[in-house]
Amino acid sequence: MDSVSGVLRKTPLNAVHRASGAKMVDFGGWDMPVQYSGILDEHATVRNRAGLFDVSHMGEIEVRGPQALALVNWVSCNDATKLAVGQAHYSGLILEGGGFVDDILVHKFSDEHFFLCVNASNQDKDFAHIAEQNSLRGFDATVENIGPTLSQIAVQGPRAVETLQKLTGTELAPIKYYWFTTGEVSGVPATIARTGYTGEDGFEIYVPNAEAPRLWAELLAAGEEFGIKPAGLGARNTLRLEAAMALYGHEINDELNPLEAGLSWIVKFNKGDFLGKAKLEEIKAAGLKRKLCGFKMTGRGIGRDGYEIQLDGAAAGWVTSGGPGPTVNMNIGLCYLPVEKANTGQVIQVMIRNQAVDAEVIPTPFYKRAK
Amino acid sequence: MYPDNYKYTKEHEWILVEGDTGTIGITDHAQHELGDIVYVDLPKAGTAVEQGKALGSVESVKAVSDIYSPVTGEVIESNGDLSGAPEKLNSDPHGAAWLVKVKLANLSEIDGLMSAADYQAYLGE
Repeated sequence: MDSVSGVLRKTPLNAVHRASGAKMVDFGGWDMPVQYSGILDEHATVRNRAGLFDVSHMGEIEVRGPQALALVNWVSCNDATKLAVGQAHYSGLILEGGGFVDDILVHKFSDEHFFLCVNASNQDKDFAHIAEQNSLRGFDATVENIGPTLSQIAVQGPRAVETLQKLTGTELAPIKYYWFTTGEVSGVPATIARTGYTGEDGFEIYVPNAEAPRLWAELLAAGEEFGIKPAGLGARNTLRLEAAMALYGHEINDELNPLEAGLSWIVKFNKGDFLGKAKLEEIKAAGLKRKLCGFKMTGRGIGRDGYEIQLDGAAAGWVTSGGPGPTVNMNIGLCYLPVEKANTGQVIQVMIRNQAVDAEVIPTPFYKRAK
Repeated sequence: MYPDNYKYTKEHEWILVEGDTGTIGITDHAQHELGDIVYVDLPKAGTAVEQGKALGSVESVKAVSDIYSPVTGEVIESNGDLSGAPEKLNSDPHGAAWLVKVKLANLSEIDGLMSAADYQAYLGE
């Protein structure tokens, strides 16, 4: 979606990014920093030290009420009944046809209060979808789009804990991966979640918009001794690609289902009925036709988003995301292949500007941090 | 920043003409706009190139960009150092990271290119 209709949306940190000399781009209708010091430098900084991301464009939706849990479990394919208070999980909002409305993070505050983090460019659609299902199915729940009031700042990297700990009395060490808590950061009431989109340890912090610029500055100051740097959407993409995390509009969309996207672990068929379940069961019973795979380029060149994949000279799939993997030091990508060819070691050809260039299917994630 | 003895194109290439040989590269502005350059695809010696047509490509982390030939002629050498060290295009685009040397077919094509002053004025617009 480009903003043909006019003005780009801005996060509360927009002026801070512009003043720091960040390179700005139109990202799904948002005026966002793609890089500050350079994508490779920011990527390495997140892997080795800590990076600070403004991800305030992301959407947040709150579901409350006596049947909040029932509504969430109807629209989301993962099983929210398995979440403890203070726990989060990755899930999908699934259409009746089995494709994705969006991929989301579900945070449980209580059985009557859930907090969903959703993609920036999908937030209006997601909110409308959940509200519609709430009304159609008559749940006793309310759905509120709180994205416009909240900013989200991500601190990611091996020094993220030390950086954030300097600004909060909340003890961070006991917060496990994919758990969250509420507390104060620099005196600001915040939701502090140990989640991220980089393959590193770190936190995603949700705060009221008005406090975001001060918090950004204080996080940069707190992390200075650890080598923290601001990082943009360019590095966010190379980091998530190395970690083989899906990006809506690339690995998943309204016509791609979680089973073929390698996300069957978020589809809980045994939890009772949910939107899209019948279709996904049908797809599973019929057998998958294609599957998402990782590849590395073995010939010279970079397979990029949208490039065709060929097998024996015939079109067989496409690259969903591809580019350099700075930490793994290979040109990597994710692609859809016929299920019978989706095996490690399979040689494929990526069509790079009308030239067939060899690549090989390899296991994902491409990068896994040392624990 | 922009050498006076080079000529420049609107697509942000430069060319240094000595006799009937032209050395071609991308400008500092181009490398800055591209960001970290991670891959360079250059034509082999003997390849015919045409003014205004793609002669190769450079890739940054995010994107692929064509390099357009400032002149018509034949490639006599491409810079082999760049395949193993494409980042040189970020650090020394006007010097060590030249892309190709071309034997010019038509020296008068140079007259249509921009001077350093014209190019800087063009960037300022």
